[in-house]
Amino acid sequence: MKEIYLDNNATTRCYPQVVEAMMPYFSDKYGNASSMHTFGGQNRHAIDAARHQMAALIHAAYDDEIIFTSCATESNDAVLFSAAEAFPDKKHIITSAVEHPAVLEPCRLLESRGWRIDFIRVDEQGRFDLEELKSLIDEDTSLVSVMWANNETGTIFPIKEIAQIAHAHGALFHTDAVQAAGKIPIDVQKVGADFLSVSAHKFHGPKGIGALYVRRGARFVPYLVGGHQEKHRRAGTENVPYIVGIGKAAELAQKRLTDGSVQKIAALRDKLEKGIVAAIPDVKINGDVQNRVPNTTNISFGYIEGESILMYLNDFHVCASSGSACTSGSLEPSHVLRAMKVPFEFAHGSIRFSLSDENTEAEIDLVLKELPPIIERLRAISPFYKQRS
Amino acid sequence: MWDYTDKVMDHFKNPRNVGTIENADGTGQVGSLICGDALRLTIKVNKETEVIEDAKFETFGCASAIASSSMLTEMVKGKTLEEASRITNQDIADALGNLPAEKMHCSVMGMEALDAAIRSYRQGGKPVEFEQQEEKIICHCFNVSEEAIIKAVRLNHLKTVEDVTHFTKAGGACGRCKGEIQKILDKVNGAAPAEITSQKPYSEKTIVEKIKAVEKVLEEEIRPKLNRDGGSAELVDLAGSTVKIRLVGMCSGCVNAQATIKNFIEKTLQEKLDKSIIVEQA
Ligand SMILES: Cc1ncc(COP(=O)(O)O)c(C=O)c1O
Ligand code: FES
Repeated sequence: MKEIYLDNNATTRCYPQVVEAMMPYFSDKYGNASSMHTFGGQNRHAIDAARHQMAALIHAAYDDEIIFTSCATESNDAVLFSAAEAFPDKKHIITSAVEHPAVLEPCRLLESRGWRIDFIRVDEQGRFDLEELKSLIDEDTSLVSVMWANNETGTIFPIKEIAQIAHAHGALFHTDAVQAAGKIPIDVQKVGADFLSVSAHKFHGPKGIGALYVRRGARFVPYLVGGHQEKHRRAGTENVPYIVGIGKAAELAQKRLTDGSVQKIAALRDKLEKGIVAAIPDVKINGDVQNRVPNTTNISFGYIEGESILMYLNDFHVCASSGSACTSGSLEPSHVLRAMKVPFEFAHGSIRFSLSDENTEAEIDLVLKELPPIIERLRAISPFYKQRS
Repeated sequence: MWDYTDKVMDHFKNPRNVGTIENADGTGQVGSLICGDALRLTIKVNKETEVIEDAKFETFGCASAIASSSMLTEMVKGKTLEEASRITNQDIADALGNLPAEKMHCSVMGMEALDAAIRSYRQGGKPVEFEQQEEKIICHCFNVSEEAIIKAVRLNHLKTVEDVTHFTKAGGACGRCKGEIQKILDKVNGAAPAEITSQKPYSEKTIVEKIKAVEKVLEEEIRPKLNRDGGSAELVDLAGSTVKIRLVGMCSGCVNAQATIKNFIEKTLQEKLDKSIIVEQA
């Protein structure tokens, strides 16, 4: 039986057209793009084309504002460490409390090295606190790094306002747009971003390739040195097949934004969400439902634990994620739900369903049919369900 | 994805003995909603033979928590209280054909619930919460006592803080208790370092000594408590007997911030260091 894949915020299927575009660059056109011979050198054109496709997806003014990286984690790390290097006199960085670890952990590392880091809070709907940002930013702030959309709840942040506040105080602005790319229109010029990170595998490209947008003129100190590639901003022989892959994926993602795919995904997501709310008592939708990417819903099932729900869904080949990873190392419910002050009895039982345009009505119907008895079963075992107030 | 044995999956999917025994002779409870897993075990005991005639459970938790609870009820039925009390978490894990290391705490939870249920029987049947005895809590995130950690270290020959976390959860969230856990490991495994304490009164301490002393109280007494509410406190500045503290996390902006500063932080510092200390919010 084919899996019902509702975990597209974790990763997506690399589309066959993308794989097809990549294939020639492994064994046939394997030359080094920096070589002096035509055989290798012509691959430069493939890279240029991909850079153009990537620039188009985020509306970069110039293609050379795109740097290809190995993944969004690298893009994020590069920006944060660049800020620390490039502004040695400014020892303050602002981010949000609900970032992906790929931003939080480099921030904590800088904190341990003496930087002052502020983590802006969110409210119970997961909305960003612009007032707190205004109160904390000062002349010492070198960088504000805030995600465009949250990976767990899909909540979209007011990026444009945040960028304006950052610039008004002489700080640069970075956004981790991993969960926005391909789901909502992105225009770096309109929002005024200085840096932006994406990862191809979140928009139906291959894993292990990402991009970093660096606005022309934005101060940037490279993270990987040791070669002239990417105009000295990211050394290392270009990964031609994967760069071609991210380019193709960006082109397809751009098309999907306007061909009705996004509306179709939103309709399926809403059907799933409404169906669950109608069929199952004591559930709670997490996140800003007015301001979400179209593919994500994060639902808490009160008084039971997420992993056991996932294990039962797995029997029906339904793939989703839980906000609480029950390993001893992180029994705490997700930092995102905690920051939103989701009560413990709901935080532990949260499931994230994230769709793509490959999902069908029939798949959603199956989930809506199989899920209620699973929840009922687990609640029958739970000592807390009967005692709930 | 966890590598669960077929036994674990079987007991997860078809849990035995789910529910509560009416008029149970013993009820043991362990864990809470906050911890992310909890178990309530009820037992029926033959008063003459002290044989456990029936056992039922209710569990909030992951697949291995449910499987461990289910297996536990199967294991205790038909045993005398004396025999049952010798069941260890490793016995439960073995009966399940093993658990992933990170999930061993699920079997420990079973052992603790059983311990509480037996105590409840001995005390006339009123429900007993495992962690209710007066004991020193080491990990405040998961409410794990020193005794529980020592027991886990002894029984399972644990060597590292990470091991302790896998077995008891202690240290698995904020990590502030890791130092304490290391000390327990050193003690149990016989390598206790000597404590160095300075007896100088606070007012005669140098700035550096003051900072260290205040930091120590913050770390050991204050942060663990604030942490339970998702907050913490940072030392910002210090002069004479005035200590400037900044509340962070959930504590910053809390309506009770001033009360936290005065009634809790100031009071604790006064008790531990010097009556003259005044705490101000930075
Ligand atoms: C918001 C966000 N940022 C960064 C990343 C990291 O992406 P990658 O693992 O491809 O580096 C992810 C992936 O989960 C993400 O969701
Ligand atoms: S993890 Fe033990 S006190 Fe926080």
